[in-house]
Amino acid sequence: MVDVAFQPDRVAATAAKRKPSGLQRAWRRKSTAAFLMTLPLILLITILVVYPAFYSLHLASLNKSMQRFVGFGNFEFLFKRDTFWLVVKQSCIFAITAVVFKALIGFIVAHFVHNIPAKGQRKWRGMLLVPWVIPPAMSTLAWLWLFDPSYSAFNYTLAFFGLGPIPWTGAAGWARFSVILVNIWVGAPFFMIMYLAALKSVPDQLYEAAAIDGANWWQRIWYVTLPMMRNIIAITTLFSLIVTFANFDIVRILTAGGPLDHTHIFATWAFRVGIEGSDVPLGASVSLFMVPILAIAAVFILRDINKRGNEA
Amino acid sequence: MSTVTIDKAAPTRKVKYGSMSRDRAWALKWSYFFLTIFAMFSLLPPLYMLITSLKSSAEISAATNPWWVYNPTLANYFEILTSNQFLRFFWNSAMVSIFVVTITMLISVPAAFALARMRFWGSATLATGVFLTYLIPETLLFLPLFKMFAAFGEFTGIQLINKWYVLLIIYPTLTVPFCTWIMIGYFASIPKELDEAAVIDGASWFQTLTRIFIPVAFPGIIAATIFAFTVSWAQFLYPLVFTTSTDQLVLPVGIITTLIKGDVFAWGQIMTGALLGAAPPLIIYAFLMDYYIAGLTAGATKG
Repeated sequence: MVDVAFQPDRVAATAAKRKPSGLQRAWRRKSTAAFLMTLPLILLITILVVYPAFYSLHLASLNKSMQRFVGFGNFEFLFKRDTFWLVVKQSCIFAITAVVFKALIGFIVAHFVHNIPAKGQRKWRGMLLVPWVIPPAMSTLAWLWLFDPSYSAFNYTLAFFGLGPIPWTGAAGWARFSVILVNIWVGAPFFMIMYLAALKSVPDQLYEAAAIDGANWWQRIWYVTLPMMRNIIAITTLFSLIVTFANFDIVRILTAGGPLDHTHIFATWAFRVGIEGSDVPLGASVSLFMVPILAIAAVFILRDINKRGNEA
Repeated sequence: MSTVTIDKAAPTRKVKYGSMSRDRAWALKWSYFFLTIFAMFSLLPPLYMLITSLKSSAEISAATNPWWVYNPTLANYFEILTSNQFLRFFWNSAMVSIFVVTITMLISVPAAFALARMRFWGSATLATGVFLTYLIPETLLFLPLFKMFAAFGEFTGIQLINKWYVLLIIYPTLTVPFCTWIMIGYFASIPKELDEAAVIDGASWFQTLTRIFIPVAFPGIIAATIFAFTVSWAQFLYPLVFTTSTDQLVLPVGIITTLIKGDVFAWGQIMTGALLGAAPPLIIYAFLMDYYIAGLTAGATKG
């Protein structure tokens, strides 16, 4: 269908008659021009994404000094370490809890924004998206200061209600809570904005029809809103799952994996082992464990996006 | 028979007539109430940054009410903005972001044009590949990339690690796939009559791109530019891995590695630095919010 749009061959033919330069003719040819235009992209992806991805497979099979091939030695070593299983558990808890709450909060807030008159929506949307705009490394510093062991502003406020000082980043349970809380704070606005866009695309007639049929607010959400937004919800959730699972900034700055490795997730532990512990092969092995879940999410995203394309 | 009896019973169910407007007003009130709570939650950390940045270190360590500034002072701003080190971080960040944005647009706009309009062998696969690349997180690639650049340095003698410009080579892996992807969407939505007309008038490929596609898809280009800028400004992992000398650091890494000395946190300065580091994306967002949101939603809604 696109080929019909352009018929430059005719133009190329007349030009070629006047100037029979081989190079120019090649440039005028569609496939050559297209190839040259995509060449930088192809090179970038091949050299800096595809090659490193496969290189990390190779790295994972080397010993610490990178001189000897050890096959699955690194993986066997990891499977025997308790810390590794702790990291696996924490990564899953972190990603799943954070994504579920981000999706829920995003959905609820999107509804509230959608409820209010249209001319006020811009202002609220603007305020609610701020956490997503600030670089996560910068906002996590603010949270770190809010969670400070001795000067925590939260503990100061809680003291008024007679609630004891909470070790926000000091105790394993609370540290996990804090890390997830900050992640929700950063990520929920993204869901909000996506859901809001989806909500606006649901035709009003559907709600009117549902109202005439006597549907209450819950039935309207369950039978009208959710089916209409199904695709956007799926894509946003899967996408957020990838980003959250591979998160680095927040955990690194807030707890650096502590206390006693109880908040490490794959990315931060790979950094600790690979860069700080200078055992690059072992670090590469750790980060490779992110691949299966990322691959599954990617397959589903592609399926949903293609489905959207076919519907449209 | 049975249906009739149920129908007769139905009107006795509690049905409130004429309460539409009252229900709406009620819902509206609750919406505002919860939105206020969520907005407070959203704005709390940046607000706290501002509050702390206006305090002197004496006031911070005196542990007075953390939510109030008793003696506002601009000392932290003065100190940060006159320190050569901080200005160096800011300069590095600005250079990296500006160059990365330029490189990204130069690569992704022509590529998106080719992928959207000139179907060629493997173009559909390549478009999918671009999207898949976007899904690969940086945390998966930083170790092999680090080793690759180290090996490149040993092999050619050109030492790229610990130079700010190494980031110009690495950041496009984060920005180019997404920008190409959303530009494909924008270009594909341009009616074909437009470029047919251009071709009939004798325009070359290049002219069609610069005279038709770029002006028409300009909102998309702004959205992609904003995205590329925010991503390169906010990136934390790659500079942390690839740069270590203080004069080569970018803002996020610089603030964290230099202002946190051991266990001593200069919180007033850290918050000032963080606020100044957050300012450029926030300013862009304040002025170009609609483009920002268009870029954000384009990734999943187009294509």
